[in-house]
Amino acid sequence: MNADYRSMWTDLGLDLEAHDALLSVLGKAYQDIYLSQKERPQGMGYFDSVMSDIHGLRIKELMDEKASGRKIIGSYCVFVPEELVLAANATLVGLCSGADFAMEEVERLLPRNTCALIKSLFGFKLGKVCPYLECADMVVGENTCDGKKKAYESLSDLLGNLYVMDLPQVKSTNGKAMLLDEYKRFKTALEKLTGATITAESLKESIRTVNAKRAAIHRLSTLRKADPAPISGLDALLANQILFFDNPVRFTESVNKLCDELEQRIEAKTGVFPKKTPRVLISGCPQAMPNWKLHMLVESAGAVIVGEESCVGERGTRNLIDESGETVEEMLEAITNRYFQVDCAIFTPNAERLEHIQQMVAEYKADGVIHYGLLFCQPYLIEAIPVEKALEEEQIPCLRIETDYSMEDLGQLKTRVEAFVEQLG
Amino acid sequence: MRFAGIDIGSRTIELVVVDKNLQVVDTLQADTGFDPIAEARKLISEVRYDRIMATGYGRNLFEISFDAPTVTEIKAHARGARAMFPDAQTILDIGGQDSKAIALFENGKVKKFEMNDRCAAGTGKFLEIMARTLGYAIEDFGCGALMAEQDLNISSMCTVFAESEVTSLIAKGKSREEIARGLHSSVIRRAIGMINRVSSSGNIVFTGGVAKNPCLRQLLAEKLGRDVQVPDDPQMVGAFGAALLAAEII
Repeated sequence: MNADYRSMWTDLGLDLEAHDALLSVLGKAYQDIYLSQKERPQGMGYFDSVMSDIHGLRIKELMDEKASGRKIIGSYCVFVPEELVLAANATLVGLCSGADFAMEEVERLLPRNTCALIKSLFGFKLGKVCPYLECADMVVGENTCDGKKKAYESLSDLLGNLYVMDLPQVKSTNGKAMLLDEYKRFKTALEKLTGATITAESLKESIRTVNAKRAAIHRLSTLRKADPAPISGLDALLANQILFFDNPVRFTESVNKLCDELEQRIEAKTGVFPKKTPRVLISGCPQAMPNWKLHMLVESAGAVIVGEESCVGERGTRNLIDESGETVEEMLEAITNRYFQVDCAIFTPNAERLEHIQQMVAEYKADGVIHYGLLFCQPYLIEAIPVEKALEEEQIPCLRIETDYSMEDLGQLKTRVEAFVEQLG
Repeated sequence: MRFAGIDIGSRTIELVVVDKNLQVVDTLQADTGFDPIAEARKLISEVRYDRIMATGYGRNLFEISFDAPTVTEIKAHARGARAMFPDAQTILDIGGQDSKAIALFENGKVKKFEMNDRCAAGTGKFLEIMARTLGYAIEDFGCGALMAEQDLNISSMCTVFAESEVTSLIAKGKSREEIARGLHSSVIRRAIGMINRVSSSGNIVFTGGVAKNPCLRQLLAEKLGRDVQVPDDPQMVGAFGAALLAAEII
């Protein structure tokens, strides 16, 4: 391990011993789950290198950016517009919320029946193991579900730099106006933090940067429609997870390079699994880094995951921002128009989400859908029931899973997933 | 050619061998114990077969040790039950530590299934512990319950909580037959919930070791209002299904 990193982690206030333990578990899991896969595209090498140094090199880059005067903004949700952050001379990073950590301490602050994602974001803070969180100049929380919005009240005491963004819950004219207002308020807060003014020029450029990043991911998603699948669901999930951490321009280049290779594979009719392998669409709660549990189970049961209807996936990256705006006002409207279409289950009603699932099943030629729900996540767990019913009425097999980040239900889940894959075969 | 199916469950292991006409020629059973592979090895050394397929929670362990193909309990029970009852539409399987309801298509393929997650509430293990608390041998538990005139309501399905509920009912002087019947009813309520989530009508084939319990068989038919069929040896259905699937491998 690079000695510079250790002093950097110490300076950030990490608990080195706990952090070493985390990295070692993560490294082992990555080895077992990722590096053991067969026929991986060479282009995944970039993502492997990012992962192998996820708390080192990238943090060093962020620290260098800070030294040169940029600010780092941390976020837990796809409603936080990266365009505004970049235009204000700051960098946006997604914060760790995909693994259990320091659970005993977490359960002193949160009820046991809280979803794993919320517990996790507390765990990374209380366990002092997330350098992204510790190097952030501002952490943005957002009023999505009840669990998150109430938990942010307690998180605020722990962080001291938490900014809470309000979000509408209805797709109405008022709702959209509120989102626009909130983005304006966020713009002002960013400008105050960074001392930079968001100009038409800087905003236009940042919209282009983020659009290019989303377009690259759209390209990757489109290639997953091929049979045989040119890339595993695990690898595609990893790219979608790294999207939240990496430098956007470098990430875009790396995804496009990966896509060039996948196009050649499709041309040559080769893939990671044989043709006719059962194809599964995952839909539901986000799978934040390093949550690979379901993908691992599904793909080791002999199916391939062809898409994620998820915030870490298509729900989070769908739609580009209209680039025709010339003034800051126009661009803010265009940004709002894009984000307002995100069909998160906190919205009521949320019929667009079911339409998107059905559309994805058709486009990706999925043989079945696994609805992934985190225990105690009411918005998605409640939506899962009508989603399952609607899919089954169209003869699309659906398996509803409720789980968390622990491994105690792995045996049961394995049987259920394997039986579902048998059902599709 | 002879084909074998081995079902390595949490409590018992079953082995079934069929001949080329798919007629059962051998059935063996052993307790799973703490070393399921050693038990499985012992069982398979007693029979002769050309191909074997493993199912049950220990299937992957078997796959690694004996390089054999595997199938989930869900598909194995579906196959086995359909072979025994050609008109089977829905299967309820309650084993040692898990329970499942499986709905079938006309062609016998699995249409939908439900399975308990995490805890062993309402399974064989639950009944075993409750029988012990009430001083019954597990074989006599169902008959004891059938002697009760009425049910006592037991609300908890968690083994730990239900045990304390039972203890307090005993302390209140309630008859053990009625408590036993209450426990059986609560297992059936849970099973019916699971069945209703996968199918709303048609017959039920009840499999797994728990199907040997006469009180549960009677309550299931009574409270569900659907025809319930039980194989002669309900514990063998998974292994039988796996043997049939082994024969279907091309």
